[in-house]
Amino acid sequence: MSQRLVNWFKFASPATFYPLAGKAWPWFAALGTAFAAVGLWISFFVAPTDFQQGEGYRIIFIHVPASWMSMFIYCVMALWAAIGITFNTRLSGMMSSALAPTGALFAFISLWTGALWGKPMWGAWWVWDARLTSELILLFLYLGYIALTAAIDDPRRADKAGAIVSLVGVVNVPIIYFSVKWWNTLHQGASVSMTKAPTMATTMLWGMLIMALAFWMYSIAIALYRVRAIILERERHATWVAELPEMQA
Amino acid sequence: MLRAHGLACVRGDRRLFSDVDFSVSAGEWLQVEGANGAGKTSLLRIVAGLAHAEDGHLEWEGQPVDTVRDEFNARLLYLGHAPAIKDDLSALENLRTAAAVAGRPLDEATALAALRRIGLKGREDLPTRVLSQGQKRRVALARLLCSQARLWILDEPFVALDVAAVALLCSILDEHLARGGMLMFTSHQAVQLAGSGASLRLS
Amino acid sequence: MNAFIAIVRRDLLLAARRKSEVFTALFFFMIVASLFPLGIGAETSLLRRIAPGVLWVAALLAAMLSLNRMFAADHQDGTLEQMALSPTPLALLVSGKVFAHWLTSGLPLVLLAPVLGLQFDLSPRSLGILMISLLLGTPLLSLIGAIGAALTLGVRGGGVLLSLLVLPLYIPALIFGAGAVEADMAGLGAGGHLSLLGALLALAAFFAPWAATAALRIALE
Repeated sequence: MSQRLVNWFKFASPATFYPLAGKAWPWFAALGTAFAAVGLWISFFVAPTDFQQGEGYRIIFIHVPASWMSMFIYCVMALWAAIGITFNTRLSGMMSSALAPTGALFAFISLWTGALWGKPMWGAWWVWDARLTSELILLFLYLGYIALTAAIDDPRRADKAGAIVSLVGVVNVPIIYFSVKWWNTLHQGASVSMTKAPTMATTMLWGMLIMALAFWMYSIAIALYRVRAIILERERHATWVAELPEMQA
Repeated sequence: MLRAHGLACVRGDRRLFSDVDFSVSAGEWLQVEGANGAGKTSLLRIVAGLAHAEDGHLEWEGQPVDTVRDEFNARLLYLGHAPAIKDDLSALENLRTAAAVAGRPLDEATALAALRRIGLKGREDLPTRVLSQGQKRRVALARLLCSQARLWILDEPFVALDVAAVALLCSILDEHLARGGMLMFTSHQAVQLAGSGASLRLS
Repeated sequence: MNAFIAIVRRDLLLAARRKSEVFTALFFFMIVASLFPLGIGAETSLLRRIAPGVLWVAALLAAMLSLNRMFAADHQDGTLEQMALSPTPLALLVSGKVFAHWLTSGLPLVLLAPVLGLQFDLSPRSLGILMISLLLGTPLLSLIGAIGAALTLGVRGGGVLLSLLVLPLYIPALIFGAGAVEADMAGLGAGGHLSLLGALLALAAFFAPWAATAALRIALE
């Protein structure tokens, strides 16, 4: 048991993680591209046209996986934050800050595609649907995290402050979601829900799952790529950075 | 007894100091010296527990400080650059609320006696806003007179004090050392203190 | 516990010496609430409908005005260092500061709200519910705000950043607080909303001082 723990902590050192991430990210990027190709093929050519919504519904193949990812990435950030606070590992904070822009991007894509889907569906770009509203608040939480960590000069302090923000945020996300839902029912807002879309065909489900996998791979690849840049920036004075082959050039 | 092993401090990209060892026993003082930016204040803050050392460890009475933090805090008096004085409160109120927040309430007579000895007679009830810089320092130093703490950590205690106040502070420090107290401080000027002591040079 | 009382007393004394700060927030609350009828029109039925939301949003903004002062002065003059070195747990002292903040910024809003509610033609019953919801909700605002205030301590552009961090977290308080009054006006009963607000308050009272303390320790380093 202790042997395994030691091994894990070895990877937590930026000097070990940097080359590992360098080897791993192209694989994830390639997988992501492959999944995206298959997913898009299913969603555009295989999935049948919806008899109620026409072709416009196809945007949910982007919208739903993007929403899933935006929520999932926030949880991963909070997980890294918890690890960082418990074990005081430097890598955790770097991973959190590498993930945050991707999470914010997915939240934004989810809102954007939601609006595009909403216009033909509900006749309005924006409805105060519980899910959309929660997604908007999630975007605010991401922006708050990014703004706070960007405003603190000392990276170690920024990491720790960011860790607290993401932990406080992750406790609040379910509360916010629940309260928005409660508010939504009280106000009898939009009753059309995205999941209540006419019985989901198996092909549609497959399309969404594969697109979700593609987004997963993309997120991992981009986070690893970004964390490499962060490691280099933070550790630029360390000797192991100076000894890197790409630094010799 | 306070003992430090291999303390190191990193600020931003710069390593301020590393491998700092020292020990302070009852009745001893330790003066931390060094050029501006050598990390004197950082060292004091690390010892007080306000900042984390990059490396090394601290022992209080033979035990790691982290395991006896409450007990250590109860024995510690730290005066930093910022004097922890509220401008809107009078000298007397400042002294008494600071003591109460630190969990050692102070009766009015003791507080008044301390302020008189430190040279603030007649100014006890003025808002500290109207006091001069040196007088404000004196309000902060009055805390020393009311303190039962074993270990005093003072960051530049002689700054902004006139000759008479420097002499007074020296005698207060001497009394503390004579009682078996420990003292760790920084100062740019040479100070004559009774008891045995050492100086630690950061470079 | 003595240290808790000492810190509440000290902060109240300081607020008493600087009364203008307390009153600025109150005036802000009054002005914001009075702007809405001017912008929307003075139709009574409309005003009655928007009153809970408007008063709650105004209270929320007014409570936020004073947030960045919660720890800033203590941080600047070194008092925070002394608090961190006190043998009393810092979380307890932080709770004291939050409580004092609520007494000086939240409680006055609760007391002033019914007067402003009259401007919106709220019934006495609704005014009562509004007061209860603010009584449960404003401490929640102070508690969550303390985390944000501690995190943005000494940070560039801290004031704006603070609102960016804290406002999304205020949403549940707003929904249940304003919702309580609306539900009561709709004849649905405010009990559910108020008990949820109370539950959130209990949760925040337990966790927020801890999180704020962790953030303060980071700021001190």
